[in-house]
Amino acid sequence: MPHYFHSVMLDRDKCKGCTNCIKHCPTEAIRVREGQAIIIEERCIDCGECIRICPNRAKLAITDPLEKLADYQYNIALPAPSLYAQFGPDVLPGNILSALLKIGFDEVYEVAVGAVAVSNHLRRYIEHRPRPQPVISSACPAVVRLMQVRFPGLLEHIAPIETPMEVSARLAREKARQEHGLADKAIGIFFITPCPAKVTAVKQPFGKRSYVDGAFSMSDIYGAILQRLSDAADDSRNSLSPALGVGWGKTGGENHAIKEHALLAVDGIHNVINVLEEIERGELADIDYVEAQACTGGCIGGPLTPQNLFVARVRMEKLLKKLADCRQPLPDFPSDPDYYRLPGPIPPRPTLQLSDDINQAITMLEEVEHITAQLPGLDCGSCGSPNCRALAEDIVRGYAENSYCVFKLRERLQLLASEIVDLAHKQPPAMGKHVK
Amino acid sequence: MEFSVQGMDFNRAGEAAAQIKKALQLVGMHVDTVRRAVIVAYEAELNIVIHARQGRLAAYIHPDRVEIEAVDEGPGIPDISQAMREGYSTAPDHIRKMGFGAGMGLPNIKKSASHMQLTSEVNVGTRLTAIINNQTSGD
Repeated sequence: MPHYFHSVMLDRDKCKGCTNCIKHCPTEAIRVREGQAIIIEERCIDCGECIRICPNRAKLAITDPLEKLADYQYNIALPAPSLYAQFGPDVLPGNILSALLKIGFDEVYEVAVGAVAVSNHLRRYIEHRPRPQPVISSACPAVVRLMQVRFPGLLEHIAPIETPMEVSARLAREKARQEHGLADKAIGIFFITPCPAKVTAVKQPFGKRSYVDGAFSMSDIYGAILQRLSDAADDSRNSLSPALGVGWGKTGGENHAIKEHALLAVDGIHNVINVLEEIERGELADIDYVEAQACTGGCIGGPLTPQNLFVARVRMEKLLKKLADCRQPLPDFPSDPDYYRLPGPIPPRPTLQLSDDINQAITMLEEVEHITAQLPGLDCGSCGSPNCRALAEDIVRGYAENSYCVFKLRERLQLLASEIVDLAHKQPPAMGKHVK
Repeated sequence: MEFSVQGMDFNRAGEAAAQIKKALQLVGMHVDTVRRAVIVAYEAELNIVIHARQGRLAAYIHPDRVEIEAVDEGPGIPDISQAMREGYSTAPDHIRKMGFGAGMGLPNIKKSASHMQLTSEVNVGTRLTAIINNQTSGD
């Protein structure tokens, strides 16, 4: 079985086995066993829904520690556009970039800049009306992995174009090499991430390599930026911050940057699932492009963003208006389409299959149907599986037993109890009638 | 597996197709088989919802094929060859306004299925059987 890297992990000391997370997981990747959550690693897509829902803060995202900067001679920060929406109304991207330099980065390269290059290229790609319709965005790694697990038939809809993060990292790397004559190994590129899904995209990329060397959690670095903002006001670094690229940080921003064509934007992983199901049924052929983001609100709603989504949304809108008025000239981007291409098609991740042998799988499926029909159908989660059907699957796979169902257990106990009562009323012939 | 489908119940339309898809994934059917079966099941389900009083959608899963059967009690189809034409629709205006009934249902089923059989009796009902062959290796 292949080994998967995961950013989303469980803190065993904090997990109480409460079953809140299992019901919210879009790929049914969590079970509770012996009072603790277990993440099935083949199924986990690192969307971070469980981090959001856990009342005990027992789910966490593994990101890189800032000390990793010491591993490289020259460090470049790659701030995600959503970072700009995390601060007060007077804080401009330039202030944030200055603060990042003070933290210890040698250079910053805005992902918003790479996003403009990607938008330009996406627009050209959609113009050729590639089949099958609609094209689905490759930008959100949680959505792409959701498709690998649950919608493998739709993978060929994904735009074969790199994410703004990867394109920005590559541009930043080439710039540093040219300007400073640095060797590839000397350059460390770090993404400031709003979510665990991007961390996994860096550590276990869809292609052979990621141009990014590590990812720092936005929440972790937030305090360090705040501290340095106060004295950054007067030496504000000139930021490029193109409004079209910065807009990628929120839902609809990607579509806004592409502009024309019939575009659909969907956010929130469960809404994304609904739209993907429609596409799967052969609908939405009238739509050219689907921007799909796992987090409600887009990246500004990421599980690792410190600011409340709704506050961040207002900040983002205000900032975008401001940025639209002060356009800075952008660098020349490579015009070769291959520069932006994904290294290859995204393979499916078939983890749902009951058995490798199709005959056996069909027999097992019949058993699943049979067991499901006998379960109460309340989907209470007390058995540690997300719903009754999932429990039936787990039983057939050999990971659970019928008695895990509290209702089934009670039924059996009742039977057993009435049998005991019946037995107690039976009197041996040798006993008299007065015996109680 | 079998599902009963109610006419005019648009809220639940697609549920049976979604469950069939899940089952096919559990069995490990080829990605393309699943894709085609979902389209067939959904269109058949929708036909019952739009046109019939009530009906039944069933999927029989074999290693080499999926059989989808939709049987309904409803108005029936007077002219099957006409119903098979792309764009031909008898769906009433209010259904079309909802974005359904474009006359692509049966043609889509025919396109996605390996074999399809349709029998119908006016004022009694319609029976559709479609077979989707499972590709076992590659394309």
